[in-house]
Amino acid sequence: MKKHLLSAGDLTRDDAELVLATAAEMRALADRPIKKLPALRGRTVVNMFFEDSTRTRMSFEAAAKRLSADVINFAAKGSSLSKGESLKDTALTLEAMGADAVVVRHWASGAPHNLANAGWSTSSVVNAGDGTHEHPTQALLDAFTMTRHLGDLDGRRIAIVGDVLHSRVARSNALLLQTLGAEVTLVAPPTLFPLGVETWGVQTSYDLDAVLPKADAVMMLRVQRERMNASYFPSVREYSRRYGLDARRMGALQDHTIVMHPGPMIRGMEITADVADSERSVIVEQVTNGVAVRMAVLYLLLGGSEPAVSTSSTNEGDEENNA
Amino acid sequence: MSRYLLKKARILGGEATDIYLEDGRIFAIGSDLAVADAIAPEVEVIDATGLIALPGLVDLHTHLREPGREDAETVDTGTQAAALGGFTAVHAMANTDPVADTAGVVEQVWRLGREAGHCDVFPVGAVTVGLKGEQLAELGAMADSAARVRVFSDDGKCVADPVLMRRALEYVKAFDGVVAQHAQEPRLTEDAQMNEGELSGRLGLRGWPAVAEEAIIARDCLLAAHVGSRLHVCHLSTAGSVEIVRWAKSKGWNVTAEACPHHLLLTDELAATYDPIYKVNPPLRTAADVEAVRAGLADGTIDIVATDHAPHPHEDKDCEWQAAAFGMLGLETALSIVQATMVDTGALTWADVAERMSYAPARIGRLEDHGRPLAEGEPANVVLYDPAVTRTVEASEMASLSRNTPYAGMELPGRVVATFLRGRPTVLDGKLA
Repeated sequence: MKKHLLSAGDLTRDDAELVLATAAEMRALADRPIKKLPALRGRTVVNMFFEDSTRTRMSFEAAAKRLSADVINFAAKGSSLSKGESLKDTALTLEAMGADAVVVRHWASGAPHNLANAGWSTSSVVNAGDGTHEHPTQALLDAFTMTRHLGDLDGRRIAIVGDVLHSRVARSNALLLQTLGAEVTLVAPPTLFPLGVETWGVQTSYDLDAVLPKADAVMMLRVQRERMNASYFPSVREYSRRYGLDARRMGALQDHTIVMHPGPMIRGMEITADVADSERSVIVEQVTNGVAVRMAVLYLLLGGSEPAVSTSSTNEGDEENNA
Repeated sequence: MSRYLLKKARILGGEATDIYLEDGRIFAIGSDLAVADAIAPEVEVIDATGLIALPGLVDLHTHLREPGREDAETVDTGTQAAALGGFTAVHAMANTDPVADTAGVVEQVWRLGREAGHCDVFPVGAVTVGLKGEQLAELGAMADSAARVRVFSDDGKCVADPVLMRRALEYVKAFDGVVAQHAQEPRLTEDAQMNEGELSGRLGLRGWPAVAEEAIIARDCLLAAHVGSRLHVCHLSTAGSVEIVRWAKSKGWNVTAEACPHHLLLTDELAATYDPIYKVNPPLRTAADVEAVRAGLADGTIDIVATDHAPHPHEDKDCEWQAAAFGMLGLETALSIVQATMVDTGALTWADVAERMSYAPARIGRLEDHGRPLAEGEPANVVLYDPAVTRTVEASEMASLSRNTPYAGMELPGRVVATFLRGRPTVLDGKLA
């Protein structure tokens, strides 16, 4: 593994498969009565959140704590204009406190790149979502969830539906799923595709109904209501009619096809409640898997080369071996 | 009184000849000029062997930041940078604080330039009050002031209202002014961060589409033709803009255009670093755009090179891309970049460089004593330039108060050896005189 996880595109197939395999070990831990490993004891993980995010921050916090790392949470609300302490000064402060890894969520695309490359910090940087750029651990947890239901992703057809233009989840998934051999189709109204999407190596479609019957997994993206005021689409109702996943559309899916959503959902907008709560829906499982995948990422970035979960009972509790 | 004999300089890259400066004028040009013994002790002789002599460069687009942002640049430091870059005149953009939208502010800037003495400063007046795009500033008062403003621009902001733009173009005819438009359709560029294209989509940075520039340029060309006035297009950056200006010129309309050094050399690929040193407005474009801008500059569609020298303090660039300021330094590297991209590639001769960087910008700005040929009797505004050396750009060595050069660490050809402003050296041996 590299030192940082900034983009899903940085991962080779071997890297990605190592994360998924490690995550599987971590995931098995969730079924044990004691869910904690000593692997990162004495290491410090800082969660640096410059943008509201309850679930991602909690997920990283749980992941770091289950690896016995010390966790410092830093949350600074604020937009680009209401400048509080700068990213640089925050990074310097946390660096001075001895952070080993910094998990950063930021409203500015590229902020984790700055953190990793501007010389402000020597920690490992994990991108936990930057602006409208990327969210690589989300893509990893999505891929992990898919492999648990679909097996090897080689040749599998994945549909990602919604606001591709503003979605960091779509960008990271498009990169990672292709690395893993899947065929990705992005579905959106033309206004919500970025310019140049045809160079991403993915299929694109404006027609959800044409894509659904072939998909092995359907990932619905959150569509923020404020996009409506910017004329990306005429109305919420029209969006739902053309791009929402409802019971009728769910009927067109193959039996094994799973339905995913990175959350938080807007029920009734991009997905109806009956679909979200259906047996096909793996949305809650995605959250559980998120912790395992983030444990794997933190473990591997912070130098874990040996198996994180000891198989031999004599080694159990032998912290030094795993540190 | 200063007297300088420049030995064996190559005027516009031609045959070596001597140039004698006296009394603020070019007194004599010829081979093996001899100095009378009586005045010999007062004459400083400079060996200009191998150096090219160019008329003092004129920048139509400089941000000197004073008044208001003296932490980024002052008239004094900015004009030092100008002199080191071979400039003898710069036009100081109006987006200061307070905005240069009254006779009082333009006179202040003009006077600060005279006191600094490194190069002549010609203030640009704002087109609209406070650059707000709502109401014309008192253009006539600025034109009639001691600063004699002829170039008007809301640079940084676009005069987007078509009626206001039409009125401005009409109004400046009364004093032979020109409206220099920062062509950026505001609605198409809300929160725009970089060129809109394949890369902006990947990087998740909001795009600044070429059409936002081209649509305004097309509209303004039509307006200028309609009212029979002069339009100058600031820092055009796209292939489409070059085509539109070429078309407007083919109609015989009074339209001039400028390109910046960075749009001749750098491309949007640099944004992939997320290093805001490359954040500029208009943004760095594609390699195809760079080629088109070079071709436009070569065939005269683009009349001039202007620096858009835009100093920013360190903290405004040492941050997230989205939080960073737009703009990059330009004065101290402009001539080297023009050499690298246009002269060394065979697209322009040194005589063409004199046209694009001295004569034409002076004509557009209606300057009388700048942009003059190197000939006997003309004002002694002269640059000696060594095209044979290469140098590595060091941000820390710049005279500008700011350090936001995108060329740091880059090897560039050429070096300004000396600059003379009305016969007085502002730069000698590559250093401020």
